[in-house]
Amino acid sequence: MATVSSETLMEQFYNAFETWGLPLFVPQLIVMVVVATAVLIFVAVSVMFMVWWERKISAHIQVRFGPMRVGGWHGWAQSIADGIKLLIKEDIVPEGADRLVFALAPMVVFAAGFAAYVIIPFGPGLIVSDLNIGVLFYISISSLTVVGIIMAGWSSNNKYSVLGAIRSAAQAVSYEVPLVVSILGVIMTVGSLSMTRIVEAQQGVWFVIPQLLGFLIYMIAAIAECNRLPFDIPEAESELVAGFHVEYSGMRFAIFFLAEYANMFTVSAIAAALFLGGWHGPLLPGWLWFLLKTYFLIFVMMWLRWTLARLRVDQLMNLGWKVLLPLAFLNMGITGLILVLRG
Amino acid sequence: MSPQEMEIAEDTQETMEEMYVNMGPQHPSTHGVLRLLLKLDGEVVTEVIPYIGYLHRCHEKIGENRIFTQIIPYTDRLDYLASMYNNFGYVLTVERLIGIVVPERAEYMRVILGELQRIASHLIWLGTLGLDLGNFTIFMYAFREREKILDLFESVSGQRLNYAFYRIGGMPLDFPDSFLADCKAFLEWFKPRLPEYDALMSDNIIFQKRVQGLGKLDAKTAIDYAISGPMLRASGIKWDLRRNDPYSIYDRFEFDIPVGTSGDVWDRYMVRRIEMDESVKIVEQALQGLPPGEIIGKLPKKLKPPVGDIYTRVESPRGELGFYLVSDGSEKPYRYKVRSPAFVNLSVLPVIGRGCLVADIVAILGSIDIVLGEVDR
Repeated sequence: MATVSSETLMEQFYNAFETWGLPLFVPQLIVMVVVATAVLIFVAVSVMFMVWWERKISAHIQVRFGPMRVGGWHGWAQSIADGIKLLIKEDIVPEGADRLVFALAPMVVFAAGFAAYVIIPFGPGLIVSDLNIGVLFYISISSLTVVGIIMAGWSSNNKYSVLGAIRSAAQAVSYEVPLVVSILGVIMTVGSLSMTRIVEAQQGVWFVIPQLLGFLIYMIAAIAECNRLPFDIPEAESELVAGFHVEYSGMRFAIFFLAEYANMFTVSAIAAALFLGGWHGPLLPGWLWFLLKTYFLIFVMMWLRWTLARLRVDQLMNLGWKVLLPLAFLNMGITGLILVLRG
Repeated sequence: MSPQEMEIAEDTQETMEEMYVNMGPQHPSTHGVLRLLLKLDGEVVTEVIPYIGYLHRCHEKIGENRIFTQIIPYTDRLDYLASMYNNFGYVLTVERLIGIVVPERAEYMRVILGELQRIASHLIWLGTLGLDLGNFTIFMYAFREREKILDLFESVSGQRLNYAFYRIGGMPLDFPDSFLADCKAFLEWFKPRLPEYDALMSDNIIFQKRVQGLGKLDAKTAIDYAISGPMLRASGIKWDLRRNDPYSIYDRFEFDIPVGTSGDVWDRYMVRRIEMDESVKIVEQALQGLPPGEIIGKLPKKLKPPVGDIYTRVESPRGELGFYLVSDGSEKPYRYKVRSPAFVNLSVLPVIGRGCLVADIVAILGSIDIVLGEVDR
């Protein structure tokens, strides 16, 4: 198995440093930097692809072409051009803003989104760190995003930003709960929080079949987590202009943008791992199956976004607390009952 | 802060619970340069005050310094989404003042272009309401159809937005040869599009839940505020000037007047949505009955109306568009006044907008369907 060979490779790597008489943290640091860079590059490339892809999808839904010029073939280089444009733009900090918090906010948002990639199982052994509390780690780290959003909203010294940030906090709290409870069914069946173990348990049947209700609740809550339509209330363009990041421009804005798409990838990847069997699939290599499933879920999210209208704040809260949460508990209860009856 | 706002701020002490938010004049959902001062208690709007005048350009005063024919291009800029209809209303007023008989064919042309304009205007309203509610796709669909109407207008008048096409006494140019076929082809193409809008908007449960019961305007308040057009009909009053005070040749056509019941945003949506169907019917009938003949009536060399005044109203896509002209016997009007439906309809926003959420203000404003060019004049 690939896991074994990669582990032995790592051991050899560590042993080499030991024979040179260097302390252990040197090879550890090297591994960390290399892995982090690889993940960062993956995130950046994948986000650029997703931005271009979303523009294409939205365009075709709306009977348009979308980007067609930059780079030749169907405007594939549009995101790169946009990225460069955002990089070289003037960095504007509004007057009266809390400069430190203002600068930190995008970093917090991005770091939280980025850290979640640690536990994504791209393939057998292709996981940065197979934590034995993998799912728990994801749940806790993903809720950190809202801290960054509140920081951004508060420090901008703008009423629209504050409104957006408060909405975002309320939304995150409301949707975190059904999200967590919807995952519990899977965890109870597997009996482990480790992402690898959960995927391995789906060798025969994907959990989407026994846990269909859980999967649907997870996807709805996940879309809300990503602040995307129909739940994009924190940034509702036509109401709050852009919500919490209304005062951000240039690279700082780009980082928020990056984090949003990175989050979208994360929630889809977690859904693919927890419910759609992760890397399991015939013929194609495991990592490709995993990416296919993830991108399919991302496509569904984009499809919904360009078809539906936005919910109102109170409707969002009602849906979260009065519909999704009871259903998630029901799902958990039924799963538990079946597990007990089966012994 | 203007003195008016200072007063407001002093009158109502801004507490920690309540805050003022300026919405506009640069805001994606105020449909131009409207400014709304919102008093918020959390997310709930406790007071909404519209501030207008950012697009004021002395329309009426300019009119008093121009001869009657020169005013036509200015009327284009009133409701720039329905320029044809503004022309219609103005030339009708002058014709009635002087007493000119318009040839039959010109009347039919006016109705065809006017009703196409109504569809185009309602399409923009539909698209922007979709945008306000976060549905981007309907916007592109609506604009696709509107482009086709603008293509038709371009083939007739050479312009795509401000046509200045109606003339006192008739029309300046006949339809090009291809117009009738093009127009029929457009209608055949457009009719199947309407169910597409239903699929995206009317049948969508999120949209229904968002707008049903929102921004209710009862019939009495609507009359008290002199509301007109689709907004009045949504409140349950069957009042359409094309039927109740017929002008031009509208009495010759068969069409229904959609009426709402509760006067909420949903009713306003449905009224305008069905009006598009009805306009299609009118255009079809007018195309059928289009007679050959002259397109402009007999006019004196110099337009000098007799001393007197006249008020003429037409049913523009937004409501009762009225023109009041006072003539002192010279070439220029002594007084020229426009009764713009968007301005009057907007005046009810503080009443129906109170107590709803910020998101709803946007939807209600969208359902009033204002055009700032007309509100500010």
